[in-house]
Amino acid sequence: MPFFPHTEAEVREMLNAVGANSINDLFDEIPQNLGWGGLATFPAARSELEVSQLMSARARLDGAPSCFIGAGAYDHHIPAAVWQIATRDEFYSACTPHHAEANQGTLQLIYEFQSMMAALTAMDLCNGSLHDGASALVAAILMAVRVNHKSVSRRILVPKSLHPAYRRVADNILHHQGIVLEQLPYDAKGGHTDPAVLQGYIGQDITALVIPQPNFFGVLEEADALAGWAQANNVLTIAVVNPLALSVLSPPGSWGGQGADICCGEGQPLGVPLSSGGPYFGFLGCRRALLRQMPGWIAGRTRDRTGQTAYSLIPQASDQSPGTASIFGSQQASAVTAATVHMALMGAEGLAQTAAKCHANTRRLAEKLCSIPGVALKFDRPVFHEQVLALPLRAQGVLRTLAAHNILGGLDLSRDYPELGNAILVCATERRTCEEIDSFAGKLERAIRLQAGAPCQLQPNNW
Amino acid sequence: MRAALSGEDLSDLPVRFLRKSSAGLPEVTELQAVKHYTRLSRRNLSSDTGLNSLASCTFNYHPGAALALASLPEFLVRHPEAPEGHSQGFMACVYDLQELIKAVTGMPGASLAPAAGAQCEFAGIAMIKAYHDARNDADRTEILIPETAQAAAAVPAEMCGYSVRKLPVGSEGSVDVAILENFLGSRTAGLMLTNPSTVAVFACNTEAIAGLVHEAGGLLNCTGDNLSAIAGKNRPDDMGIDVITLDLHKCFCAPRGGGGPGAGAVAVSERLLPYLPAPMVDREGDAYTWLDEQRRPESVGRFSAFAGNAGILLRAYIAALMLGRKGMRRAAEYSTMNASYLRRQLLKSGFDAAYPERGVAHEVILNLCCPTGEGVATRDYAKRLLDYGVHVPTTLLPPQATECLLLEPTGAESKEMLDSFVAAMRAIRDEAETDPDTVRGAPYTMPVGRLDEGALVDADLTWKPTNG
Repeated sequence: MPFFPHTEAEVREMLNAVGANSINDLFDEIPQNLGWGGLATFPAARSELEVSQLMSARARLDGAPSCFIGAGAYDHHIPAAVWQIATRDEFYSACTPHHAEANQGTLQLIYEFQSMMAALTAMDLCNGSLHDGASALVAAILMAVRVNHKSVSRRILVPKSLHPAYRRVADNILHHQGIVLEQLPYDAKGGHTDPAVLQGYIGQDITALVIPQPNFFGVLEEADALAGWAQANNVLTIAVVNPLALSVLSPPGSWGGQGADICCGEGQPLGVPLSSGGPYFGFLGCRRALLRQMPGWIAGRTRDRTGQTAYSLIPQASDQSPGTASIFGSQQASAVTAATVHMALMGAEGLAQTAAKCHANTRRLAEKLCSIPGVALKFDRPVFHEQVLALPLRAQGVLRTLAAHNILGGLDLSRDYPELGNAILVCATERRTCEEIDSFAGKLERAIRLQAGAPCQLQPNNW
Repeated sequence: MRAALSGEDLSDLPVRFLRKSSAGLPEVTELQAVKHYTRLSRRNLSSDTGLNSLASCTFNYHPGAALALASLPEFLVRHPEAPEGHSQGFMACVYDLQELIKAVTGMPGASLAPAAGAQCEFAGIAMIKAYHDARNDADRTEILIPETAQAAAAVPAEMCGYSVRKLPVGSEGSVDVAILENFLGSRTAGLMLTNPSTVAVFACNTEAIAGLVHEAGGLLNCTGDNLSAIAGKNRPDDMGIDVITLDLHKCFCAPRGGGGPGAGAVAVSERLLPYLPAPMVDREGDAYTWLDEQRRPESVGRFSAFAGNAGILLRAYIAALMLGRKGMRRAAEYSTMNASYLRRQLLKSGFDAAYPERGVAHEVILNLCCPTGEGVATRDYAKRLLDYGVHVPTTLLPPQATECLLLEPTGAESKEMLDSFVAAMRAIRDEAETDPDTVRGAPYTMPVGRLDEGALVDADLTWKPTNG
């Protein structure tokens, strides 16, 4: 299949028109001494069939293991209709909506997305998305710095219980601007951020407090108490939430009485496949008074000159405006299309049932695993659909053995939380069956029993 | 809430953590939802359904196989934290794509971690900063940016803590070496260049610019968004560039999606190799391994929680394999030929294009600042073009911010399409003279008419039952 429609006769005609003898004449401004190098090592074209065979073989290499890893990306069921709609050419190949008149479909969809996200988070308004959850947190912190005029310190309190990758991304980007992320410890017994640790900050100039719900360990933070402290001390509250969890958990818009000021998170649990970590989408919501500082696209419902209802991006949302210019202002329209259709299909009740099923599955998993000698819950506080478990052996070896049996048995926490010892973070979404959970428990029990003696001979390829 | 959750129970959670009332999302059947969103989709005009886009940031055609193969079930269910043993297929694709980026740019190293073009720009400046920091060269506080750059170009530099100094440009919109010399010095951290430039000309003197910047101790960052215009004709590495940033949705055919997601690549010279953003993929023998922050401690780190827009990287890889060496070169040749032809035909028809004495890179800047016809603005032309089936956004031509149309035909557009565009422009110009109101009121064939711009300030942003 050719990519280019030109016949040889047309090429000659077009070159004649511009007074060129050959196509190379069109590049005569490139200095000769630079040579026309390049592409020597670029492979020759392959047919669609050849590429299809290559990609299928590579996909098979990765297999489809039984996945008990969550840690910010969750293996949920996605109704078939979601991506059937999201990949319709009219959405999938649509232009960026520079001209509202030609993009009413995308624009109305973004408006609906904003409305549904506002309903889930109980925030006044939400934008049309950012790159991912970590980017959305960076945008939220930058917003807080711009908005909190009572603070000049640029000090942001960030619990260590927040996703480690989010903390790294935020620091990578924000440290250049003198924004300091100060770590709040987590309670060794509960795995939550004890509101009492905030007492030490009373009277200090703090710009914002980040509250993850649930936190990276799955543990529920005392969001009302934390937000209440912030509200009483001129500190802005930034909520980092799982949108699926919000179908059952108290939404940021109601935390601590006045509600969070800014809310952000990873949208992946709403109809976006795991897909190696992207493309996902981040969401960002805020109180109405902060609208002008909100980056990213925002669609509004307005009218055309005849008074007919029409949708458009609103000027406050322009990425170019100095106040909100952000390297995270880009949006993830395809993923947002999927999320919007997903929310519409599931409804609030469908999402809540999924959330409850994940929660029940993870509880079942934790109970099973904790019946194995030496395995125990690490934290004693309530969790949502994710749990830290202590193992009697080094997590790496155990997980390796499980992987050889095609089970991804959780995330090894020793890199980011070495103080937790042999700990793993596990999650069983609604997609994990009782059989998979039983198989995981059986294999883990055996792995621990054997590895306490000798290492398992069975090793995955390329480990 | 609890009552609604038949069978699955949250009774272990204290009530203070739970939602008091339902989130109030739509409650519809699948048929209702599918009908609604299918109807919405038909209120979009997309490239596959007939709209011809000549917009800047023009995307190459996104082949069907790219979507189908990136959506193989194993790729869709691969968890970003899956161990390397369950990731070799995906990692092989990322590694190969890194190699393809190196092949196109000639640069010795590339990372695909940035989620899109803007993050690439940030990564570029962050690497320049890391380089100077590692040499304890802390007095370099300035980034030079040509005044023809887009307004947003200064943002990454400012976010990295640099002060931005605007560099006046020469008569042809390019950096003038004589002017540049006066701006370089011991405070120069780097220069941000776009080549081919924002005003669509090739910067012939890039090699000389690189020499001067290096002599002053700075580094040269080049936005390669327009690389598709020179792929196979010129390698950024040969010009002495230190960082080049690429939007994969351009020369690597990632889909438009109505505004994303995109994907980015950043490629660097030897001196910046240690600082490339994480994660990258390395190959040891037959095995692929992750190069994360632990293995590359000097890296500027990651900018997204996992590995950028991984699924888009797969699409770009698939498209690049199908395009191949010859196709990649053809894309540059035909997009340049299309742009050259389009400009010639517009000039012949009496329109005014910027820098007519220069060669055309990949796009044409059509200057309508003094359009014929009473009170007909450039924007009116753009709206009327929609009725002719062409999507062209109005843009502001820096540095004076004059309104213009930026036309960027890819190599995939046919001569017939370009001829019909020129004919449409002539027809609109005639209308502007004889019946300006028609042009000012356009479009007429879209799902809605021209938006009432005065009403935008009152636009409602969140649907509520009360404002429904």
